[in-house]
This record gives sequence, structure tokens and C-alpha cells, in this order.
Amino acid sequence: MAEHRDNRQPSSSGVSRREFLGTVGAGTLGAALVGPAAPASEAAAPQADGLAPVTLLINGRPQQLRVEPRWTLLDVLRDRLGLTGTKLGCGRGECGACTVLIDGLPRYSCMTLALEAEGLEVTTVEGLMNGEELGPVQQAFVDEDAFQCGYCTPGQVVAAEGLLRGSPDPGLEEIQDGMSGNLCRCGTYDHIFKAVRRAVELRQSAGS
Amino acid sequence: MLPKFTYVRPSSLSEALEHSRSDGAVLHAGGTDLLGCLRDGVFPAERVVAMSGLEELRGISPTRDGGLRIGALTTLAEIAAHPLITERYAALAQGAASAASPQLRSQGSLGGNLCQRPRCWYFRSDFHCLRKGGAICYAIAGENQYHCIFGGDRCYIVHPSDTAPALVALDARVRLASPSGTRLLPMESLFVLPSEDVRSETVLQPGELLTEVLLPPPAAGQRSTYRKVRARGAWAFALAGVAVALSGADDRVEGARVVLSGVAPIPWRAVDAEELLTGGRLDAETISRAAAATVTGAQPMTRNGYKVELVRGLTEETLQTLALQ
Repeated sequence: MAEHRDNRQPSSSGVSRREFLGTVGAGTLGAALVGPAAPASEAAAPQADGLAPVTLLINGRPQQLRVEPRWTLLDVLRDRLGLTGTKLGCGRGECGACTVLIDGLPRYSCMTLALEAEGLEVTTVEGLMNGEELGPVQQAFVDEDAFQCGYCTPGQVVAAEGLLRGSPDPGLEEIQDGMSGNLCRCGTYDHIFKAVRRAVELRQSAGS
Repeated sequence: MLPKFTYVRPSSLSEALEHSRSDGAVLHAGGTDLLGCLRDGVFPAERVVAMSGLEELRGISPTRDGGLRIGALTTLAEIAAHPLITERYAALAQGAASAASPQLRSQGSLGGNLCQRPRCWYFRSDFHCLRKGGAICYAIAGENQYHCIFGGDRCYIVHPSDTAPALVALDARVRLASPSGTRLLPMESLFVLPSEDVRSETVLQPGELLTEVLLPPPAAGQRSTYRKVRARGAWAFALAGVAVALSGADDRVEGARVVLSGVAPIPWRAVDAEELLTGGRLDAETISRAAAATVTGAQPMTRNGYKVELVRGLTEETLQTLALQ
């Protein structure tokens, strides 16, 4: 999709992104970014070492990896690709901190096997940047002060992005329902709902 | 991290059936229930057989008889939004829309929603309960506020699905495939009570796979609805719910199905209420009597007595809403 303009990895991220995503240890991640390349295989046949080759399309960029079948998409995003914007919260599909878009729809990456994402388009919070600028949904969360500790925020932002891709101008009830798969322990829900409305305006003025 | 398993993604149904026959094989549709069970050690898996390559199990299409076919891998989000379902089978659309969260609805499949394991907290945690091959049900003497008031027998789970009661109310059928062929069952025959089999919630045999759901053409004057009560406004399982499908006119109801969720180990048909509604007028007195009849024979446990009045009131309100349509 046209929105995925930023294909670079967090190791080279600028200040604005680091501040926003709260990415830690970004400078040490470079080594983990490029795993041993393996030929793409649709059948994901496991090798003798139990690792299966897979090509994942992350933020518009193909990533060739070898993964254990039990690794979730979240495991791979954070621990193999260094895309630590996506957070591990409950690890059981209840809190939404790990939300990513898969083929444009919000899903829990902790409840998705990495092998199941093969052939699908995955978008993480890093993929919502416009170069070094925040994307409209990210900017809206800043504008509306829609977080306190910020841990759930990447998941909230991606869930809001998914909601607005499916329904560009939702009312409050639809926003509440669309954001109901994401918990915020700081309880900033009112600000989050305002941020989604603000994002509608920013997206409209950006013509996206 | 999940326990180790091997993974195959067959590209045909026959290949999937072959793989699923092997010892320790489990089927993966959306995976939203399976991965939670594996993570919590509810049951083991040596091999995960992913159904995601089976394109023929996706999609919603009209059938020749004027009904609808829904492939087992169709997501709950697709069902909730499909115009033919929202128009003709509202209870199913509402059931799918009220399940889980937006993220899980865009991943979870209809087949998986029907075949999901119970949410009983003893079953899901370290208790070696009857359903896991142990000796007793811990809910009997334990925390049973979310357990059943109907159909319990040694084990007191409730069936967690929101689409199943709607599909039973709409008289859907379900197709099961095995290497020896397929069988087509009424939706309500898919589910088994603990008295029949305390280890399984469905009649599915090892190596058998749910492939599709078939909805009949709507009867004349048919309208349906599903309403669910949960502990908060979203993303929670039903404390109690009711799916109602009525046909005919309000001055003479031709057919009635009243199916409860969250209160029994299977989608629970309130047969006494259905009989009271059938052939009569849908007026306030009939509605009140039918609502009272939904809880005939209820056997609450020590902490879930609230469900009796909840079901009665919920059914009464739901029938009143349908009478105004």
C-alpha cells in the first residue's frame, strides 16, 4: 500500500520515532536485522534443524527468515527483525498491545503464528510513519495527549489505523467498538477516542 | 513461548484430512483459541495442521435452494458485515459481531467459533479436571459464577460461542468431512452434553473436519435476533445470551426457536418457550409466559443463581423487541 513509505529499521530511526515508539536499545539491534537468507517456500517445509524458511512482507518490504513453527508473528517482529514498536502485553490476545495490520485488518500478532502470515501484508506501527514524520494517526495521539505510560499506545495507534481504513469517518459508538480490543491500564480512553476523531481530520486534510 | 510442534499447511482438503489423522495432530483455523490452549497447556499438540491454504473453505455464497453457504474459514468479521446475512439472518450477524474483539473477529473463523474449547477457568488452568481426564469437576465446590444452570452433569461448562445459538435458532446445518466422505448434520446435533461425552464438546471424530455451514432460505415472515449480556460492554464472553428466530406474523407465530448461550454446555433450546410461542399471538402476556418458560428446569449452582433471572428478563426484552419489528 502507498502508506508504507518507511522501510528502514529501528536501528537507524530518527529522534521523533524513538520518542514516539519508546524503542529501547535501538543501536544494538542492527545485528539481528538480517537473518540468514533462505529461499522462499510457500509450503514452509521445516528443515532438519526444525527451522522453516519463510518470506514475510513487513511494512512493504520482503523479509526472508528461518523460523520455528511455534514462533508468533510478534516473536519475529521484535526478536528477529528488531521492530520493537509492537509490544508484548498479555501474550494471550486480550490486551491489544501487539496489534498489527494484516492485509489491512487489525490482528493480534501474539496470536498469529509467523508461518501463518506468509503471503500476507503486515503493517506495524513503524510502517505508519511518513518518512521521519509521524503519520496522521500517530500525530493525532500526540495532539490529544492520548497516553500516559505509553505502553499500549503502538497497539492503540495500529488499531485506530485499521478502524479508519475500514471506516474513514466513524462516530463515537463505532470508535468505542473499533477500539474495544485494546486495553489502556492508565485509563486514557476518552483521550484515545478524541485522538481517533482528530485522526479523521488529519487524514482528510492529508487527502489519504 | 509456545511449546514445540511441527507445522504443515496442506493445499487440499484430502491432504488436510490425511495430516489430521496422525497422532497428536490439531487443526488450526484462525488459531485464536488453539494458540491460547497450547500456551496454557490445556492440551498438547505434536503437529499443527494449518487450514489457511484451503481456499475452498472460505467465503459466503447463495445456495440453489435460496439459502446460504458459509465456508468454515470465513471470519467472524466477514459474517458480521455481509449484507445477505445482516438482512436475512440478523441473529447470526449479531452473534458474530458481539464475539470477542475487532482483532479476533478479523482472524477467528466460523468453524473455530463452533469448535472452540470451553472457557471454564478450571479447564483452562492447571486443574486436572474431568474434561481433561481427571476425576472431578472443580466448579461444583469452587468458583462457579460463570458456569451452567442447564444441562450440567458431572461437568458444568457453558458453551462459549455466540454464533452457535444463532445458527441453531436459524435451523442451520453443518457439514463434516472425513476420509470416508462427508456427513451433514442439523447444527444442534453438532454439540454434545457432558452426560454423553465429558471429554468433547462436539461429535467431531479424530480426523474429521468441519467444512461448511448451510443456512436454509428464510421462512415467510422470518425475523431473528441475538442478544448477549456480558460483564462489560465489549470483549467478554456471554454471562447469558438468547437467539430468537420467529416466522409468521405477530398475530400468529408459525415457528419459534429460542436458543440460550452462556448457560449450558451446549447451545440450549428453550423448548417450553418455543411451544408457548408457536401458533399464538406475540402479545405481552404470551411474551411474559414464554420468558418464564425459558428457565423451566434451571438448576443453578452455588454462585450463579443470578443467571436464572437474567435469562428470563433477557428473553422477555428480546421478544418485545422482535414484536415491534
